[in-house]
Amino acid sequence: MTTMAADAGAYEAVFDAALAADERIEPRDWMPDEYRTSLIRQIAQHAHSEIIGIQPEANWITRAPSLRRKAILMAKVQDEAGHGLYLYSAVETLGARREDLLDKLHTGRQKYSSIFNYPTLTWADVGAIGWLVDGAAITNQVPLCRCSYGPYARAMVRICKEESFHQRQGYELLLALSRGTEAQRAMAQDAVDRWWWPSLMMFGPPDDESAHSAQSMAWKIKRHSNDELRQRFVDICVPQAESLGLTLPDPELRWNEERGHYDFGPIDWAEFREVLRGNGPCNAQRISQRRRAHEEGAWVREAAAAYAAKHGEARS
Amino acid sequence: MSTDANGSDWPLWEVFVRSRRGLSHTHAGSLHAPDAQMALRNARDLYTRRSEGVSIWVVPSASVTASSPDEKDPFFEPSADKPYRHPTFYDIPEGVRHL
Repeated sequence: MTTMAADAGAYEAVFDAALAADERIEPRDWMPDEYRTSLIRQIAQHAHSEIIGIQPEANWITRAPSLRRKAILMAKVQDEAGHGLYLYSAVETLGARREDLLDKLHTGRQKYSSIFNYPTLTWADVGAIGWLVDGAAITNQVPLCRCSYGPYARAMVRICKEESFHQRQGYELLLALSRGTEAQRAMAQDAVDRWWWPSLMMFGPPDDESAHSAQSMAWKIKRHSNDELRQRFVDICVPQAESLGLTLPDPELRWNEERGHYDFGPIDWAEFREVLRGNGPCNAQRISQRRRAHEEGAWVREAAAAYAAKHGEARS
Repeated sequence: MSTDANGSDWPLWEVFVRSRRGLSHTHAGSLHAPDAQMALRNARDLYTRRSEGVSIWVVPSASVTASSPDEKDPFFEPSADKPYRHPTFYDIPEGVRHL
């Protein structure tokens, strides 16, 4: 064995021991290239999802039905931008450059969550997104607070604290509609009908078809399987829907005494794959809007840089 | 440099937040900004949206000198063989109080 190979072996042993002891891996620690690549892919995709996720909701800011709802929605959208920034900072600790990540998003070389390719057709969709989409995100994200990579785990702690408001405001919004006029109740039910199945798809493909799952679990990036988290989410939502006075659009949904869980119907994975492939209702619109926002912000970034240069601030 | 208008062209800053008076500033995260004033404003928006802080420091990341994780053991080793620095090193007879 050469000296270099022996060194690599020793480094790997330290890394493995840290994982086994449930310690966190920190930016300057040695880590396998595949661990780094896999984290960059996952955290970048997560960051992209946060900032693309602004679009379907921001769509409703100007049409919010009251000043209270408008202020809440603006605060939520600002949080989503903040979550994107926490995550871009985390992924940069792995040596990725933010500029490259945005470029990959803009050119379709990195993905974001497929859920944001669905349109927000009515005001009730803002409520359904808060309750179901943010609810599914929380179910996914809470275990990530214990993920093996320190900066990602710390970003997730901040994010999870803030997501709780997102989910509750959505639930409250739907509750107001559900207790309102018949037309308002119908609007709430229609939004839940449209967002339920895409929300279940947010947990990713079934365990036996999930490409990255096994390795991510071994690296303690992922702590629970897709199907396990999906089941947890369904079990949480059923009683919440009852309290809302709304139904979930699944005739096969029923309590299974033996399993101690709710059974639910089959998910349309063909639809999921189509949306991932770029053929969802809003894929093209989301990316073109993101690129336009980036281009239209260029003069602000240029002006700030020119000001800093003129005043001779420290630049790296 | 400034012709490329992407944020990553800007230096990275480390953000430290004092959550309330009486506590020290704690590292909260990092962000990009063209200068110190913008870094402070961005840090206010990014890390204190819910009254998390009463004071913020921003430091250019390039100015941080860190110990190397590779030399972790030898670097911190001098403290390991000096147990007499800890109060538990000393045997005190039963019944002696306030010590």
